[in-house]
Amino acid sequence: MREYLLTELFVTGTEINYLFICKTKLWYFSKGITMEQESEWVDLGKFLHEKSYFGEEKEVKIGPISIDFIKKDDIIEVHEVKKGKSMEKAHEMQALYYLYYLKKLGINAKAILNYPKLRETKEITLEGREKEVEDSIREVERIKSFPIPPKPVKTKKCKTCAYYELCWV
Amino acid sequence: MRKKSLTLFSDGTLYRKENTLYFENAQGKKPLAIEGIYDIYIYGKVTITSQALHFLAQKGIAVHFFNHYGYYDGSFYPRESLHSGDLVIKQAEHYLDREKRLRLAKLFVRGASKNMERNLKRFGAEGNFSELLEELEDTRKITDVMNVEARIRQEYYALWDETLPDGFKIVKRTRRPPQNEMNALISFLNSRLYPAIISELYNTQLTPTISYLHEPSERRFSLALDLSEIFKPIIADRIANRLVKQGVIKKEHFREDLNGVLLNDEGKKIVLKAFNEEMRKSVKHPKLKRNVTKQRLIRLEAYKLIKHLVGTQEYEPLVAWF
Repeated sequence: MREYLLTELFVTGTEINYLFICKTKLWYFSKGITMEQESEWVDLGKFLHEKSYFGEEKEVKIGPISIDFIKKDDIIEVHEVKKGKSMEKAHEMQALYYLYYLKKLGINAKAILNYPKLRETKEITLEGREKEVEDSIREVERIKSFPIPPKPVKTKKCKTCAYYELCWV
Repeated sequence: MRKKSLTLFSDGTLYRKENTLYFENAQGKKPLAIEGIYDIYIYGKVTITSQALHFLAQKGIAVHFFNHYGYYDGSFYPRESLHSGDLVIKQAEHYLDREKRLRLAKLFVRGASKNMERNLKRFGAEGNFSELLEELEDTRKITDVMNVEARIRQEYYALWDETLPDGFKIVKRTRRPPQNEMNALISFLNSRLYPAIISELYNTQLTPTISYLHEPSERRFSLALDLSEIFKPIIADRIANRLVKQGVIKKEHFREDLNGVLLNDEGKKIVLKAFNEEMRKSVKHPKLKRNVTKQRLIRLEAYKLIKHLVGTQEYEPLVAWF
């Protein structure tokens, strides 16, 4: 299997996340066609982020990834803040991707998903899941290379998605 | 919270103090909730501080200015925050490729005509443009497309005129300055609509200067002109028609000026109120199965254009179902 070089990794955490939410959204997003800034959910997300976790190092940018905040214990902790668990798989893969990226840099870390609204956290480690991440990266690249966006599939998620109107008008 | 358009009609000062925007006029000062502002329309003589402009830019709020006569002067158009290189390239490609450009130009005219036909029915007149639309299909040059469009519009005004009360007939469409009341009313509404479309485009990744029916070299946001063809009939003309037929707008709301006729301040206020109400009205969207405001319809039109440009779905201009 092809080894990913760090310099080739232009995939962002959000793209990995969107892969598990909606491939159409991933395509539009990767072409810079975004619409999040208007969504009230995004405002809520930003608010949660700003008002929580004081004193940590926030918005840590390393290459194409942007980590919500980092904690240093005996091992580095990468923290992602999320609103709810309905997209748990997407959150998990995003976190795994960060861990994968850091590992390529020679940094061993674990990830914590924070759900402040639910007062819950979930710990994630990369061990044994590298292939899952690599498959996801490959899939993101494949979708980004399409000349036109994948046909949207209507699901429950569409109702609250910022791309709803773009997809279905 | 849906953000709203803010209209400043009186004279005053717009300034920022800490993280609040204030408008101060003869009546006193009023804080404005910046998070609730979508865009600003300035009709009065307003002084704006640079701090206020910095704040508005930071929040991505466009400010549109109108002159003493109520006509659009220009916009404070904050630095674009939404960029998509891919889309700009697609937009340019559809301009440069003659077939692609013609296709879009004709679609704008077709949509506009269908909306004019629809209006005529509502206004109590008979008329259809099927022959002219057939002619449109055969055109091979943008100037010819424009030409057919002008003839459709001319016929539309003539038919609409038959339903208009005496004293409010268009007779002949005249601009800068309009020669009678109805012309003044239509021009005023159109010049309010145009920046509203600019505001919508600002909130998408579309480049407002690359257009298809109009020439990008017009040194204006010519894509907004393209889209306004669709919306002038269903927004501006409908308001104008209603205001005169219901007698809300009367002769006394006009004044003579510059060898022409213009709305006076009271007239402008009435029309702006009607415009703002109209834009907030919602209709059930048959495809989205959701209620959308008339204003949102403009954004949806931009989305459809994006889809056409990226190749997802052929653009189908909005034909009013309401």
